[in-house]
Amino acid sequence: MKFGIVVFPGSNCDADCFHVIQQVMGHEARYIWHKEARLSDCDALILPGGFSYGDYLRTGAIARFSPVMPQVVEFAAQGGLVLGICNGFQILLEAGLLPGAMLRNRSLQFICKPVHLKVKNSVTPFTRKLREGQVLQVPIAHGEGNYYCDENTLQELKQNRQIVFTYCSPEGEESDAANPNGALANIAGITNQAGNVLGMMPHPERCSESIVGGIDGYLIFASMISWLEEAGR
Amino acid sequence: MNNAVNRRGGLIGPDRRYTVFKANIYVTLKPGVLDPQGEAVKNSLHVLNYPNVEEVRIGKYIQVLLQGEDRATAQRELEEMSDKLLANPVIEDYRVEFVEVE
Repeated sequence: MKFGIVVFPGSNCDADCFHVIQQVMGHEARYIWHKEARLSDCDALILPGGFSYGDYLRTGAIARFSPVMPQVVEFAAQGGLVLGICNGFQILLEAGLLPGAMLRNRSLQFICKPVHLKVKNSVTPFTRKLREGQVLQVPIAHGEGNYYCDENTLQELKQNRQIVFTYCSPEGEESDAANPNGALANIAGITNQAGNVLGMMPHPERCSESIVGGIDGYLIFASMISWLEEAGR
Repeated sequence: MNNAVNRRGGLIGPDRRYTVFKANIYVTLKPGVLDPQGEAVKNSLHVLNYPNVEEVRIGKYIQVLLQGEDRATAQRELEEMSDKLLANPVIEDYRVEFVEVE
């Protein structure tokens, strides 16, 4: 499989994603500079974390207009797998590939720590190697992860099972105390309606090898690879 | 006469005059969207001994200078810019206000 990792000016988690795909998962990865127009050679795309354009105006607001984005939108429209991590999730929201928006963390603080996530939907290409209700430990590092959408959108997300990860306690209980940033309905990750685009605030690429202290992220990449293999790519 | 460009207005081609418009765009959070920044500022104002402050909400002020053939076109373009980039319609409202150019 070939993963394309889109790099915007200010992206800084691209190298970690590259390392996990190539060194840990053993598949091919390549960087896609944000001015490139070609990404048809890729089987899946990752929009990594960072501070694209310095988070100027709003996080992801300017990256959303980078020359590569129409290709990303087209790739997603054709059913291609797109994983947006942290700033990548914010860019997908600004681009309208996922519904809703990010607000500043409730506490106004930038939070950098491991959190627990509950898997709410295990039949997506990103979670098929996980069990529904499984609790993962994945680190977060963000100042604007407070997910927001209006009431109608929230009902749609619930009805269509688009909520994939929620913040929870180590025992899998959702609560205000277990929610690090005030995100609506404890939402940490969602897919689009078709299920081929996932945005998540936590960083699975930071916990895919035991040497860095956690391996729960590995299963998300393994799920994607398994789905692609089954889809005959 | 050549096509000299004048900061406040002039020719951008043969016989095409333009004016420079200055607009202030106010981008504010939609009512009902939580504003933790505004809350933090409100609490600080209380500490500064203004207990009468009930609510604070914080927005953005963006100033744009643009060339335009007429004000209606400039207004329309500024609204397009706001819809596309300057404001996030999921969480923000905006207002365009023209200012006299000196």
